[in-house]
Amino acid sequence: MIRIEVLFPEFCSLFADSSNVRYLKCCLPDAEFVETAYTDEPLFATEKPDLIYMGAMTERAQEMVIQKLMPYKERLSSLIREDVPFLLTGNAMEVFCDHIENEDGSAIPALGLYPFYARRDMMHRFNCLVLGEYMDMKIVGFKTQFTLAYGDTDLNPFIQVKRGTGMNRETLNEGIHDHHLFATYLVGPFLVLNPLFVKYLLTEIMGINGAKLAFEDVIMSAYTRRLAEFENPKLSFD
Amino acid sequence: MAGAKAMIAVMRLAGKNATHVPGRKAINFCPDFLDQIDKPEYIIGVTGTNGKTTVSNLLADVLQDNGYDIVDNRFGGNIDSGIASALIKNATLTGRMKKKYAVLEIDERMTTKIFPYVHPDILICTNLFRDSYRRNAHTDFIAGILDKTIPASSRLVLNAEDLISGHLAMNNDRVYFGIEEGVGPVTSTQNIIQDMVACPVCGTRIEYSYRRYNHIGRGQCPSCGYGLPKPDFSVTGIDSEAGRVEIRTPDSTMSVKLLGSNITDAYNAVTAVAALRCFGLTDAQISASFDKMKITETRFRSFKVKDKTLVMDVAKGQNPIAVSRICDFVRHEPGKKAVVLIIDDFYDRKESSENIAWFFDTDFEFLNDPSICQIAVGGLRCQDLHLRLLMAGIPEKKIVCADQENDTAALVNTDAVDSVYILHDIYTTIYADEIVRRLTETIKKGGEKA
Repeated sequence: MIRIEVLFPEFCSLFADSSNVRYLKCCLPDAEFVETAYTDEPLFATEKPDLIYMGAMTERAQEMVIQKLMPYKERLSSLIREDVPFLLTGNAMEVFCDHIENEDGSAIPALGLYPFYARRDMMHRFNCLVLGEYMDMKIVGFKTQFTLAYGDTDLNPFIQVKRGTGMNRETLNEGIHDHHLFATYLVGPFLVLNPLFVKYLLTEIMGINGAKLAFEDVIMSAYTRRLAEFENPKLSFD
Repeated sequence: MAGAKAMIAVMRLAGKNATHVPGRKAINFCPDFLDQIDKPEYIIGVTGTNGKTTVSNLLADVLQDNGYDIVDNRFGGNIDSGIASALIKNATLTGRMKKKYAVLEIDERMTTKIFPYVHPDILICTNLFRDSYRRNAHTDFIAGILDKTIPASSRLVLNAEDLISGHLAMNNDRVYFGIEEGVGPVTSTQNIIQDMVACPVCGTRIEYSYRRYNHIGRGQCPSCGYGLPKPDFSVTGIDSEAGRVEIRTPDSTMSVKLLGSNITDAYNAVTAVAALRCFGLTDAQISASFDKMKITETRFRSFKVKDKTLVMDVAKGQNPIAVSRICDFVRHEPGKKAVVLIIDDFYDRKESSENIAWFFDTDFEFLNDPSICQIAVGGLRCQDLHLRLLMAGIPEKKIVCADQENDTAALVNTDAVDSVYILHDIYTTIYADEIVRRLTETIKKGGEKA
């Protein structure tokens, strides 16, 4: 049976990120979704789930989650090297970075699995639309965050941004793609917005033969319409 | 000051309410204008995510009914410029405040620009929920802003059933309001948004003795005890038939008219009662004023056309809680129903593309009800909503879509239902009006498509 671990859904479901899991449930009605609570031992500590998902969270929850996952840092690192699929959306990605910097210059050490850091600017929310590419797929989405990422943000990029902003205003690289780990600042229904990537995730990354998109006609129509809007040169991406 | 007042006069002549323009000009010219302008001696502030407009209007109406001449900003200007406009409007040409009292609705995100200069004597926070992701981010962020900005002198009126707003500014004097366990219908606890599932201090799952909707209820952390005291002002009974709410105060029991049929109307009533008692009105004064009030029709309008009912209800766009509450309300209404959803953001579509994440935080699952026979979705984002409704388990055959909002009217099968609920955003009332007009024509013609 396919087992998908959803990390700390009580904290990590901001900006409708929980819809990623809800859509996967529609696509994989026979899969088991293990919701790991903050006080539980993660499934990944002893097993290799078919996918580990973590979504966006508040800044306070982010610091708690880092504390919680710190003892599993080596385990997470080895799971990544062993091609266990991960999907991290929104600021869940920052849990895996080197550190998170506050406005006052203080820093919160993160797991340190990737050599970039996030800088918080709590009174200036950053919002934008993103049109990008991953392999031959066009990716669309939305960012809404208090941070931008700096440091070595170009080491393992996931999405090549065509319009919008990457990890920071100076780069068109967005997110992390390392082995089978995919992480992106794009929030909300990332999978719902990107059915082509869902199909790729299910079939090529998770290795589920014959996996089908739920409500394929409708989701593809919505994707096609949004893509046409995002490719319109008159569209504002701010 | 004279210029700003002249601007208000000109805008009035032009038939406009002058909500925030004079105030914006004044603040642009003088950034600490709110500090400089004379203010009423006694200010009641109302903030929070949902219900602040209704509660502000209730407070203003009751105070005016009791002879208080007040400043209010009820025409929608709840940010710094709106408050500046309200103050300008009620000041003399030399800048002296003409009125002693004020009831000000205050946007919860904008308190950084308001509370340094305007210090409410009583500050109500109705509740805190997720709102616009783009602007308000999340409840922790808004609670943090309020914590940092609420003046130490403000006496707080807080929701004892909201673990988020109930913990604001813990050093301030406070009273709590709420609805007692078992009173009123518990209509929806299976909400997508659950912003207080785990204790923010230790991470342990919060234990709720009951929840009314989302995180509103009585919860406590079993590990560290994080929770809230019992309410000082509490609804002890709701008599829907008589349209009354029974309220226990710290020293009495009283009854006021229920101004609506939703559980949130009972919350609004007890919130207002708590604040008005803190202000110094008596139970009798409050109750007598409530009796004179009518349900406001700006957000809810109902029309009878032959044997059908058409209802226009504001479903505040990009606010998943507000829209969820409306969906919950509609499913509990009697009879067979059709729902028209026209909730795209009016402004985003003009130059940008709406972030539709909020569709997926909204409990459209409530519309998956046998009494709802058809859902017509209109607007540019109809395909996204179509998908969302399918994910909510709503059968495909019940869903119809139109790219243009007004075209939904032709898709509604009025013959098959007793009523049609048109759920629209604040800024899309124009479409709702047109849909009502077209549906009215259809019904009058005996069910032929308009």
